[in-house]
Amino acid sequence: MTSINTNNQTTSPLIEINGLYKVFGPKEQSILPLLETGKSKKDVLAETGHTVGLRDINLDVQQGEIFVIMGLSGSGKSTLIRHFNRLIDPTSGQIKVEGEDIMQLSKDELIEFRRHKMSMVFQNFGLMPHRTVLENVAYGLQIQKVPKKERSEKAVTWLETVGLAGYEEQYPGQLSGGQQQRVGLARALCTDAEILLMDEAFSALDPLIRSEMQGQLLELQEKLKKTIIFITHDLDEALRIGDRIAILNDGVVSQIGTPVDILLNPADDYVEAFVKDVNRARAVPVKTIMQQSVPIIKSANLAEAIAKLPKQGYAFYQNESGFHGLLTRKKLEAAIKLRPEGNITPEDVTEIPNLMPDMLLQEALSDSLTSEYSLPVLDEDGRYVGDLSSESLAETLEYTAE
Amino acid sequence: MADSSWFTSFPQLDRKDLTIFKRTLDGAYREFSRNYGELIEGFFDPLLTFLIWFEKLLLASPWWLTMGIIVAIVYSATRSWKLCTGVLASLIAIGIFGMWDDTMRTLSIITICTLLSIVIGVPTGILMSRSNRMQSLITPILDVMQTMPAFVYLIPVVMLLGIGKIPGVIAVIVYAVPPVIRLTNLGIRLVDKEIMEAATAFGATNTQKLFGVQLPLAMPTIMAGINQTIMMALAMVVVASMIGVKGLGQPVLQSITNQYFTLGLLNGLAIVALAIIFDRVSQAYAKRSQKHLGNRHD
Repeated sequence: MTSINTNNQTTSPLIEINGLYKVFGPKEQSILPLLETGKSKKDVLAETGHTVGLRDINLDVQQGEIFVIMGLSGSGKSTLIRHFNRLIDPTSGQIKVEGEDIMQLSKDELIEFRRHKMSMVFQNFGLMPHRTVLENVAYGLQIQKVPKKERSEKAVTWLETVGLAGYEEQYPGQLSGGQQQRVGLARALCTDAEILLMDEAFSALDPLIRSEMQGQLLELQEKLKKTIIFITHDLDEALRIGDRIAILNDGVVSQIGTPVDILLNPADDYVEAFVKDVNRARAVPVKTIMQQSVPIIKSANLAEAIAKLPKQGYAFYQNESGFHGLLTRKKLEAAIKLRPEGNITPEDVTEIPNLMPDMLLQEALSDSLTSEYSLPVLDEDGRYVGDLSSESLAETLEYTAE
Repeated sequence: MADSSWFTSFPQLDRKDLTIFKRTLDGAYREFSRNYGELIEGFFDPLLTFLIWFEKLLLASPWWLTMGIIVAIVYSATRSWKLCTGVLASLIAIGIFGMWDDTMRTLSIITICTLLSIVIGVPTGILMSRSNRMQSLITPILDVMQTMPAFVYLIPVVMLLGIGKIPGVIAVIVYAVPPVIRLTNLGIRLVDKEIMEAATAFGATNTQKLFGVQLPLAMPTIMAGINQTIMMALAMVVVASMIGVKGLGQPVLQSITNQYFTLGLLNGLAIVALAIIFDRVSQAYAKRSQKHLGNRHD
């Protein structure tokens, strides 16, 4: 109860799932007491012939985020996403959308809910082969009985958005996999539903097309700010597009967190086994591992600057006009010999490549390894926010086999 | 009887008991048909009127008009001149060998049986696809309808309605309707699960799913069922002639009893010609209406 109150104080989640259980079998309700005693999935199957699909799922999805649910086949991820629009009904638990419990909806209310609140993209596209591309995209509006002219216009616009202008009169069977999934995406967007469910939407595509589609989705999301629930079995995909990721293992949520969270602080052995092979350089941004270990010198006076230089013999020089570069003991001592009372001049400052906080480690890699100094990380205004040493970079990228 | 005879011969019912059993059932049914026969006949009256009207229409129209209409229907359904020429040639051959009138009678009864089979069969198939319980209920009935020798279920029909067109139509439908029911059920059940999920996820009602997704996608299978139904109806024409259905079946029956080989062969070939016409036309039509299946991208 307290957790709900604190949620309300900040931003209340768009979708809330509490204590969701799903058991497959003829008498699903009768299995719940067994699960509460902590019986394992295997024991339940052996004793009663019922399969435990999902077990005590609790999660919140915030408005406007891409929430990725990731797991291997059989982990229950496709079962879970079908609970969001009740293609599957839970054995017990609560599913709230905008604070309304959708388990309480009547049959007609549920149809209205599906028409206007959520739309879905499917792994094998789920397009209707007997309808043209245009008719497929307009399908959601057609069943809402939107007049033909209006829905066709809208469908044409969405087809253009996903880059399929000119394909209106083709049949899905005439398109390639990537094109078909674009139709699927356009169909889902065409109803203007706020929530988009994507069930392994890109898994059936080949790697190049998949990566292209991920890029397109992120681009669209910049503009549309939908709330997207995305299912995948591909961790790289999850890390690339997810704002937050829930890792599902055997019907239980192992961890929910941001991509960096999951990479750097795996909650259990399962998640750790998952993330150990991931190329962290491609997923972790500089800001997560930068430190503030190099001192900043603000004074323009050479003598003061030298006094402030730390043991390792270098610092960054930044004053009101911005970040200037690197100060080394060698250069400053040479300068003070010539001008004992002088100030720092541009010749005394060594140029150094700088990094941005949102840069991926991969992009920082070559600069960092070729430099003997820690590299400064600057914000958008060019002010120092931290620095990245090659040691901490190596430490993060190193695979720790324990 | 001897004490252990059940061991060597099956302990069957007494002959007397068996006779009583059969007699009672027969008597009860006879009683039923005597009491309700007329009522049931009255129920079928509109159908009979329509049957007679349609047969008269085909018989009374001049042969060239009928031929022209048939060829026009074939062309509009298939858009193939080759097929039209074939149909025209076989119709002319039928006419030359003096089987035009019988062929028209058969054509009229087959057309009506097919239409009725579709009207009965497709909804039944839909019903069957909706629930597994319905399917397990209807499947054995269909098995009986297809395997029970036609003569056996002709007996009660004739007892009830006498000989003539209506019993003939009923016999033909009982025999011919199972394929369209089975294949409608199968076709709907084979519709891709994900496509159905998509329809549900976008908020389609059951009716919208049925007419917008299930039936159109099941159509090739349903058409195959209708095709089978037509073939089986044609095969039943000869048997139906035994209960007074006029048409190509009667000369066949006559040639069996009198050993007229040529007469039998000619009328048999006329039935085959009708069957081929129905088959090719319905298949070409089905193919043309499924244009999305053409030029697929793989």
